[in-house]
Amino acid sequence: MNHSAFLRAMTDDHSNPSCPIKLAHGTTTLAFRFQGGIIVCTDSRATAGSWIASQTVKKVIPVSRLSRGEDKASDKPTPGLLGTMAGGAADCQYWLRYLSQQCTLHEIRHKRRITVAAASKILANLTYAYKGYGLSMGTMLAGMTPQEGPALYYIDSDGTRLPGNMFCVGSGQTFAYGVLDANYRYDLSEKEALDLGRRAILAAMHRDAYSGGFINCYHVKEEGWVHHGFDDMNPIFWKTKLDHGEFSNVTSQL
Amino acid sequence: MTSLMGHPSGQTVGYSFSQPTAAPVKEHSFYPYTDNGGSTLGITGSDFAILAGDTRSTSGYSINSRMVPKVFKIGGDDETGKGAHILLSVVGFAADGNALKERLDAVVKMYKYQHGKSMSVTACAQRLSTILYGKRFFPYYVHVILAGLDEEGKGALYSYDPVGSYEREECRAAGAASSLIMPFLDNQVKFKNQYVPGSGEGHALQPKKAEPLPRETVEQLVRDAFTSAVERHIEVGDNLQMMIITRDGIEEIFHPLKKD
Repeated sequence: MNHSAFLRAMTDDHSNPSCPIKLAHGTTTLAFRFQGGIIVCTDSRATAGSWIASQTVKKVIPVSRLSRGEDKASDKPTPGLLGTMAGGAADCQYWLRYLSQQCTLHEIRHKRRITVAAASKILANLTYAYKGYGLSMGTMLAGMTPQEGPALYYIDSDGTRLPGNMFCVGSGQTFAYGVLDANYRYDLSEKEALDLGRRAILAAMHRDAYSGGFINCYHVKEEGWVHHGFDDMNPIFWKTKLDHGEFSNVTSQL
Repeated sequence: MTSLMGHPSGQTVGYSFSQPTAAPVKEHSFYPYTDNGGSTLGITGSDFAILAGDTRSTSGYSINSRMVPKVFKIGGDDETGKGAHILLSVVGFAADGNALKERLDAVVKMYKYQHGKSMSVTACAQRLSTILYGKRFFPYYVHVILAGLDEEGKGALYSYDPVGSYEREECRAAGAASSLIMPFLDNQVKFKNQYVPGSGEGHALQPKKAEPLPRETVEQLVRDAFTSAVERHIEVGDNLQMMIITRDGIEEIFHPLKKD
């Protein structure tokens, strides 16, 4: 029997809803470049079919020296790249960790940090080599290097690799694009940019059933990335509605 | 043979009204998995972690055994598991589960021989993820939970999907009755949808903050979760196996469940 057809029969809940092994899927992630660097925001929901497997997934993965991998919120920037996770959770986690190793080896061999262009190409070449084997990942790599400045790439399991200024990836991408396209400017202040990222994720969480949970925000600047919170969407939603008059289609009566 | 009618050879042309209709071909495909049912759950506290599972083993509607443990000690010195400092629960396909348990146990033992110190739970958690992903294209049909104490002595719990994506959590239910138990855990361990009484009206209500629970409370929650799951799931029952890991070691407790 065809090997990838077997894997699909066992694991693809889209083509076979009663498949025995359900893998985590469904997401909204976004990243955009602006005057102050790059903003990276995600939701935190993992679904297996219609079951919510987790509401606390960390979909932003630091791709840097493995020893710096710990992810504590602090004002001090951490050097290195950020990767985002959409599609198969294990595929993204495993291959971004593999990318971390390759980046560390590059640092040791060449005595300088890897560029985002080179790192993204390692991943794209990898996904292209595995094309047809059933990997599922849609990832963005964001980072700042002396050679490139702020750089953002989109890589997926088809082997696509694109540089760009703004990407939204996942089942909620269209909703996030809608908000981002309407309100984006390059000269956004840091606070405005973080708020726009959060607002776009919120819109996707509201309209896409496969997105939800917590809003995870990161800012990539020259010295490295800074974590800007992992916040429950519910109070943010009601604050957005009651204080700013948005989401007026939703009744506030209890 | 070349067809005169321009049809590809070997194909019959349907001139007859009574063309025999072939019965729909039933495809028998390669199916190497069995779901052996059962459920597991894990909860952490400030200085302990509990892993629990029922001991029923099923195949379809048959109960094959009433005493097949799902929680294992990892990295012990002998077959009794003495000296172990990590717990693993496996639910799903028991054969895959056993193979996985044996593999992880060997890895943790080899680590001790090679490095002269026992493997940290953090390292073991990452290693387990790699082991699972190693079979990405022919997965272990299992949902595993790993428990232990972290470097600071706090309870640590890691849950995995079948191909190795993992996350550290405070509580997790897995297996057949996970959809029955997990919402209960969200409410009773993480205090989801619970609010501080009198803290306001409507949207001003303050959510109740979750904090680590004492061991007695957690043990009672585990018993309640399983006695309730037994009432509503056919694949859960017979006995409850609980393993509690503290800095003093691992304690194993069995508790009877309904046998129907």
